[in-house]
Parts: sequence; C-alpha cells; structure tokens
Amino acid sequence: MLHLDHLSLTQDGFTVSANWHLPAGSRLALLGPSGAGKSTLLMGLAGFIAPSAGRMLWQGRDLAALTPAQRPVSILFQDQNLFPHLSVSQNLGLAINPRLRLNASDLARVDSVLDRLGLQGLGARKPASLSGGQLGRAALGRVLLQARPLLLLDEPFAALGPALKADLLGLVADLAAEAGTTVILVTHDPADAHRFAGGVALVHDGVADAPVATDAIFANPPPALRDYLG
Amino acid sequence: MANRSFAISAGALAGGITALVLGTALALALQAKGGALRPADWAALRFTLTQAALSTLLSCLLAIPVARALARSRFFGRKALILLMGAPFLLPVIVAVLGLVSLYGRSGVLNQTLEALGLPTITIYGLHGVVLAHVFFNLPLATRMLLNGWQSIPAERFRLSQTLGMPSTFRHIELPMLWAVLPGVALAIFLVCLTSFVVALTLGGGPAATTLELAIYQALRFDFDPGHAALLAGVQFIICAVAVTLAARFTLPEGLGLGLDRAQFGQRAHWVDAPVLALAALFLLLPLVAVVADGAPALLHLPDLVWAAALRSALMAMAAALLSVTAALILVQAKVAGVAWVEGAAMLPLATSGLVLGTGLFLLTRSLASPETLALPVTVLVNALMALPFLFRLLLPQARDLHRNYDRLAQTLGLSGGARLRWLTLPRLARPLGMGAGLAAALSMGDLGVVALFAGQDQATLPLVVQRLSGAYRMDQAAAAALVLVACSFALFALCDIGGRRAAS
Repeated sequence: MLHLDHLSLTQDGFTVSANWHLPAGSRLALLGPSGAGKSTLLMGLAGFIAPSAGRMLWQGRDLAALTPAQRPVSILFQDQNLFPHLSVSQNLGLAINPRLRLNASDLARVDSVLDRLGLQGLGARKPASLSGGQLGRAALGRVLLQARPLLLLDEPFAALGPALKADLLGLVADLAAEAGTTVILVTHDPADAHRFAGGVALVHDGVADAPVATDAIFANPPPALRDYLG
Repeated sequence: MANRSFAISAGALAGGITALVLGTALALALQAKGGALRPADWAALRFTLTQAALSTLLSCLLAIPVARALARSRFFGRKALILLMGAPFLLPVIVAVLGLVSLYGRSGVLNQTLEALGLPTITIYGLHGVVLAHVFFNLPLATRMLLNGWQSIPAERFRLSQTLGMPSTFRHIELPMLWAVLPGVALAIFLVCLTSFVVALTLGGGPAATTLELAIYQALRFDFDPGHAALLAGVQFIICAVAVTLAARFTLPEGLGLGLDRAQFGQRAHWVDAPVLALAALFLLLPLVAVVADGAPALLHLPDLVWAAALRSALMAMAAALLSVTAALILVQAKVAGVAWVEGAAMLPLATSGLVLGTGLFLLTRSLASPETLALPVTVLVNALMALPFLFRLLLPQARDLHRNYDRLAQTLGLSGGARLRWLTLPRLARPLGMGAGLAAALSMGDLGVVALFAGQDQATLPLVVQRLSGAYRMDQAAAAALVLVACSFALFALCDIGGRRAAS
C-alpha cells in the first residue's frame, strides 16, 4: 500500500499536499488542470523532490531516505525516456545493470521483452529511427525490466494520437495487471482516467484529494472537477 | 542534486584554481612591496591601453561591414570564408607575425613594390604594426560574433518592416542588435589585446612600443629584477581584473562553432558586399600564403632541433588539453548540478594572463627548483589554465541540456560515477569535448608566453624556436619552422575535433 501521510512537497515556491492511501495493485489517475501540482507529486514520489512535511510510505517503509534508484518506483517521463545515443537494447539493458555489463541471460531477457512488446529485430536501432509508438513500447520495455512494484506515468504518451495512446495505455494496464503493479498516471484528459484508472485523485490548487472510484467521481463530480470539465 | 563526493572533488578543484590564480597575485603583491612605477612603466601602461583601445576600435569598425555583407550575401565559398574567419583563433601568433612581416616588413612585398614605384617605404615596427597584427587576429573574431548577432534577428522582423514601409531597417532593426552585441565583442577583444605579448615582443619594443607584458618579460629575463617584474605583473592583473569585471556585465556572444548559416535573412545583397568581402579575405589570406611561400622551400632542410621542439610542443599541447578538458568537464558538471560558485573559478584565469601567472609561479617556486627544471610543467599548467574559461563556456550549454533532459532518467536507473561518465556524459558531450580539446591543444601548441620566461636552450618549444630563428635573421628556416608549427596546430585541432564528432555519431 502507498500511504501519503500529511505529505507536502514544495518546488519553486509552489506546494502540493496529499493525505491518503492507495491499495497495492490499483491504478490511479491524478487528474487536474496544468499547474495544479500533479507532476510535482509524481516527482516527489520518484525521489526528485524531498518532502517539506509529512511522509511517503510504501508497504510501511518511508521512502524519504531512498535515492530515486533505490525506490520501488519506475517512471516514464513526458519525453526523453530513452538515451538517444544508445541502442534500444542498451537502453533496456540499463534497467538490468547500469554499467551495462550484461551476461547471456541478461541479453536473453532484453530480447524476450522486445519480442513481447512487438519490437523484435529493433534492438540494434537507435531511438531516433523508431516511430512514436515504438518509442513508447521501448520505454515500457525498460520499465518491465526494472520490475518495480510502483509505476509512475507522467503523461508519457501525450504527444501520440488518440488511437496510439489508447493502445499503449491498454498495454500498460495489461502488463500492470499481470505483475500486480500499482500505477499512478498523471493526466489532464478525463478520457484517459475513464479508460485506464479504477480511481481518480483530483488535483487542484496545490491539493491532491483522496482517490474516488472513477465511475463515481464522473457520475457525481465535485465542484472542482465540474469547474475543470467546464 | 549533486552527488556529495563529486561536489567535494569539484569544490577542491575550483578551490585549487582560485588559490593558484590569487596565490600568484598575492606572491606578486608581496614581492612588489615598496616599489614604485618608473616613467618607463607609465609609458608601457599608456602604450598597453592605447594599442588595445585602437585595436579594439578598428577591429569592431571593420567587422561591421564584413559581418553585414556575410549575413546578407549568398555565394559559392561563403562557408569557407566563414571558416577562414575562425582560423586566426588557432593560428600561432608568431606565425601570423612572420606572415605580416613578410608582406609589410622592411623587405616585404609591399615595400619592394613601393620602392619599385619610387615611393617612400613604410615600417611595420611600432604602434601601427602592433595594431595591424591585433586587427588581423581580432577582425575575424569580431566578424564571427557580429555575424551571430545578425543571424539571430528573426527574418520576420525584416518582413514586418517591409510591410510597414519603414525607410531604414538598419536604424530600427540592425542598430539595436549592434548596440546589444558590440560592447561584449569590444570588451572581449580589448581583453585579448591587453594581454598580448608575442605581437609586442616581435613588432613592438623600445621605449615607445612596450606593453606591460613585454616589460614584465624584460624585467625578468634581461634586468633580473623579480621585484620590478612583480610590480608590473600586479598592475597587469588589476587592469585585466577590471576589464573582466566590466565584461561580465555584458553577455559575451558565442564566437565559435556558430553562425555558419541561416535559411533566410531579410536583407538582399548590396553591390558593396563583394569588394568588402574580397578585401577581408585578402587581408586574412595573404599573410598565410606568405608563410607557406616563404617556408615551403626550406622545409626539407630544417635542423633537428626544430623537429625535437615540434615533438616536445605537441606532447605538451596534448597534456595541457587533457588537463584543461578534464578540469572543464568536472567544473561544468558541478555547475549544472547546482554548485554555482565553481563558474567563478573556471572564469578566473581570464582576470590574469599567462605571463602574470608565470611570473607569480616563478617567484613562488624559485627557492624550490631552478626555472629551467620547471619550465615545461609550468607551461603545461598555465596553458591548461588559460584555456579553461573557453572550454567551460563551450561545454556549458550542452552540459545544461544533458542535465535537463537526462539527469532524472539517469537517477532512476542508478546511472552514476564511472558508468554515468561512460554511457551518458562522454557520448553526449563528445562533440564539444573534442572541439574544446582541439582548441586547448592548438592554443597551447602556439603559445609563446610563459615558456619564454622559463625555458633554457634545451627546452625550447616550437614557437620559441621560431622566434629565436627569426631573431637570428635565419628567416627561411624561421618560416619553414613556422609552417611546421601551423601544421601541428591545425592537425591537433582537427584530430581532436574529428575524434569528438566521430565519437558523437
């Protein structure tokens, strides 16, 4: 379980706070307007912003003392999820060993993930030669190999067309369900929340409200959500 | 968030550089205690400021029409001409001086022509010769910087002025750019000319044309008066520090590696552009052609000492480049990771000069070892330090991009230390690192500053050999050795630059 215990995160003078639980294995959408604090919350969970107050606990363990690499977290950013000078296989290999000292079994794991994501034969290619959809899949491959229990998605597919985005979010949902991964998706698109998440936490004016079931929140939107949806 | 041990290492390096620069200044101040400037020193100070001001003024004024013509003209060879504008930055000063002497000297092409026409001859030695050499070096630098300024004006502004029927785009669009860019360009050139040593050594001299740098050299080498040299070096340090402080108030435009092209410029070419560009190209090319013409015949008959000096210089240049690039990389990484103050240390060498640093080190180390023993290592160290500000500025933009785009991803993957250097930093920064190493190596290869203070007969670098051959009036051998020097400088630059590009791709 993820427990945000009276958590406050401050970046560049802006503070976002949250105080709620999220059961392990669930899929949550952080929904709200630009500048509300969604990404700040995600960056705090990933370890790039230290809490100004409160705690972040995963399965009872405080995350504050852990570096980003030590946290039980993998993340997909809005862009720059792959190093452009490394091949796709090397990018994925970094998730297994940051020194890229990979043995035959490691390389086989990389190939197996590439096959599974429909990227067979593209391992030697550089990211610049892949399509947007293939890039998204390769980044997901890295996350799969990291095999962390908490996956943070900071609108990684926002630049893709609606069909491709739906396709990739569907893939994430399948993979997460298979591994029991907890996923938190930042989005400003209510359709993403409908399609992907079991729960929605509305983020507005520096406050991340406690999660509410997706169907319930859209059936009876609170005032902040009504204002946002217009 | 900077890794703690890395931040400590970077801090120690920055502290070491600061201590070296300020420590030599302190050593000079202590040594100069009680001394007073003599009338000849005041004359040197006046000459230093006068020649720097005149060189700056002429370089900037002449660069305006050249840069404007380059910005609005499109012709075959334009890119080559812009590349040629970068050549003097790599050209060893002593070589350029030999080229200028070959053209404008006593028995140069110009005077021979004047004599044949029955006209009075001219002399290159003195203030006008020093200014001529400085304009040769700095006109291209100013042109590249101003060209960047012109190319940074959005073409839409010119289109807007046309739709509004504005009578003069120069006044409303180009002049504001010049006002913004010129102060930085002028201060950069003024600073370069303030610390000019080789030009004054070869084309100046005598009571009427001695710079402070030359006076320091004379006080140490000929008068054996370290106290007086320290006093002069202290004055030079103060002038440079004031100029750098002023320059820091202006954004220095990027002068290298930029401005090769722009898809559209809102001005059409003018008939005057062709002669302006032709004259600029001739002004830059003729001295280089003269060096090749003078040096080529004697190339196969050079004494062994030239080749030994070439090898020594090349090894020293590579060592200086390695030192400088390593220091710049560490400091720039610390800067983008949030240790802001290290930038001050990286830029600090601009506030001094090679000769001032050399004099300070001479005073600090003379009780430990003889100057000859330390000549080569001190020269490498000083050359590495003097190249550091350029390398830091060169690396900073791409290091910032690297940090902004990939630092978080690297952190989530646990990519740190040597692995981060190997798999992220070096591949992503290979291009500016290669170019920076090339610049540092070429600058070091052609440097004739601190080594002239320290070196004995057996430790001469190639520029020093060229200067000694020229001083002994063995001009054919001097020109041939100069040709070897140019070839080495350009080869070292090309080797590093191409290596960096290959590694990046």
